[in-house]
Amino acid sequence: MDNSNVVLDKQKLKQFKKIATTIRKHIIEEVYHAASGHPGGSLSCTDILTVLYFHEMRVDVRNPQWPDRDRFVLSKGHCAPALYATLAEKGFFPAEELPKFRSIDSFLQGHPSMKDVPGVDMSTGSLGQGFSASVGMALAGKLDKKDYRVYVLLGDGELEEGQVWEASMAAAHYKLDNLTAFLDHNGLQIDGKITDVMSPEPVVEKFAAFGWNTIVINAHDYEQIIDAISKAKNVKGKPTIIIAESIKGKGVSFMENEAGWHGTAPNKEQRDIAIAELDAFLAKLEVE
Amino acid sequence: MADNNTVVKKIATREAYGNALAEFGGDERIVVLDADLSKSTKTDTFKKKYPERFFNMGIAEANMMSVAAGLASCGKIVFASTFAVFAALRTCEQIRNSIGYPRLNVKIGATHAGISVGEDGASHQAVEDIGVIRSIPNMTVICPADAVETRHAVKAAIEHDGPVYLRLGRLVVPVLFDESNYKFELGKGIVLKEGSDVTVIATGLMVHEAVKAGEMLEAEGINSRIIDIHTIKPIDKELIIKAAKETGAIVTAEEGNVYGGLGSAVAEVVAENYPVPVKYVAIMDRFGKSGKPAPLMKEYGLTAEDIVAKVKEAMKMKK
Ligand SMILES: Cc1ncc(C[n+]2csc(CCOP(=O)(O)OP(=O)(O)O)c2C)c(N)n1
Ligand SMILES: [Mg+2]
Repeated sequence: MDNSNVVLDKQKLKQFKKIATTIRKHIIEEVYHAASGHPGGSLSCTDILTVLYFHEMRVDVRNPQWPDRDRFVLSKGHCAPALYATLAEKGFFPAEELPKFRSIDSFLQGHPSMKDVPGVDMSTGSLGQGFSASVGMALAGKLDKKDYRVYVLLGDGELEEGQVWEASMAAAHYKLDNLTAFLDHNGLQIDGKITDVMSPEPVVEKFAAFGWNTIVINAHDYEQIIDAISKAKNVKGKPTIIIAESIKGKGVSFMENEAGWHGTAPNKEQRDIAIAELDAFLAKLEVE
Repeated sequence: MADNNTVVKKIATREAYGNALAEFGGDERIVVLDADLSKSTKTDTFKKKYPERFFNMGIAEANMMSVAAGLASCGKIVFASTFAVFAALRTCEQIRNSIGYPRLNVKIGATHAGISVGEDGASHQAVEDIGVIRSIPNMTVICPADAVETRHAVKAAIEHDGPVYLRLGRLVVPVLFDESNYKFELGKGIVLKEGSDVTVIATGLMVHEAVKAGEMLEAEGINSRIIDIHTIKPIDKELIIKAAKETGAIVTAEEGNVYGGLGSAVAEVVAENYPVPVKYVAIMDRFGKSGKPAPLMKEYGLTAEDIVAKVKEAMKMKK
């Protein structure tokens, strides 16, 4: 893992932890109320989303379509619960909408829909396509000589899609240094371990061979995430992928590293345990 | 229509497409993508004039379609080109999820549609594309008949805010229309000849065959109405219902599979609004094959003579 140069003061670190834990609670509630959805991968990418939206990205909640904004594409669109919770906490829409996720009278579609949800920059859900779309956005930024940055988040199972490698080639070919990808490297997909189902490894070497700058970090370490993003911004002439070593289900003990929690909703009892664990974490933060 | 006495010029609609992209390409929002076929799709005509807004995406069509979506989400009007068989079928799901669902401003310039591709054979002859793309919500489907219509279709596609599939051909085809008095309206058919006994509704290069069939029928005392439907979706319901009411029988003509294409689209309108017999001139649910375009068109039943035969069958069924 690459060393981080960023050291956050205690208050800032506490703030990130609080926001991320609140987002994790929303994720559990969304999926519980919908009685369907994807908690595992949502929990594994929460800390990355927290840093992007509460530290890094230039966005305006009052003007979601602002042409000069930074863009974010959730290429692993099944993790919509994490994105929606983050957008709501940021202020794009009221958090009261979150429990209505996936219901017929809500704009919160099962997978991100840019025409329905304020703050969503690209409709995704079909794995592989969002990554290509982020390449298009970065290309548009270069054409228009704009300084906005494009962020995209991929799953490690998603890497099995051929389109991912087409997009990787294109991003390096067109020297898209305004594009930063995150790989949520949690080691799991639906049917089990990525290395058992269809291994995309070694991912660092693959992206390097495709012409990308690579940085390896701990996906749950805010200092490392911040540091990696700033390093990526200083790399010229090639895109960067931040390979984030993560724990699927992070933050809820019984969901951690369990492939079964990829796309299963907790029942009432499980929901209560999960919320209690996250509340306990929040309470501990207060007395720290 | 063009004057009969002048020598008919022949231009492929893909050629006209490339020319139109170059002609209207001054609009800074326009970006053109291709997948290593720019010499065939003729997007290289645009590339020569505006190299800074042309991107070769390599032999990676799926990526090209979703990249187009990303560009469009940033305000670009994107033309993405490859052969129709790859555009409509290999990247069908990218068109659906990255372009159709978010209703992004991507224009798919799908060339080499139909069996008139010729020698390359079935692997390169899209016969399913109209039906496939037509069934995706938010998509507009245009299949121009000649170079003049193609030029106007490209212009209309640029002006239309939303995804468009442009079905274009490889083969040189006669220029039917006269630029000076041609008018293109998205979603509106064009009556090329008035008639009261039967209506022939054609699209793409079959429009030329329909016009020929109209003359042959007239010689036999059958007064046919000939309609050019360049926009297959949204289709001109009003014009089709009017033709059903006034002529009582319809024959459709297209260079594509009988299932899902223009014929189906017309039959849907007729069945629901004013049932009259409808007969199809189309590919009868088979793949194409290698050969010169003209004999292929004959073997697959896509000529003026085939239209005439179907007209007679349809008229026999009239009440
Ligand atoms: C093209 C496509 N194929 C299949 C699916 C169904 N699917 C949803 S999530 C998933 C597994 C994704 O695993 P990974 O990318 O590792 O995501 P994470 O572990 O971060 O949840 C699959 C196969 C899909 N959404 N899109
Ligand atoms: Mg995974």
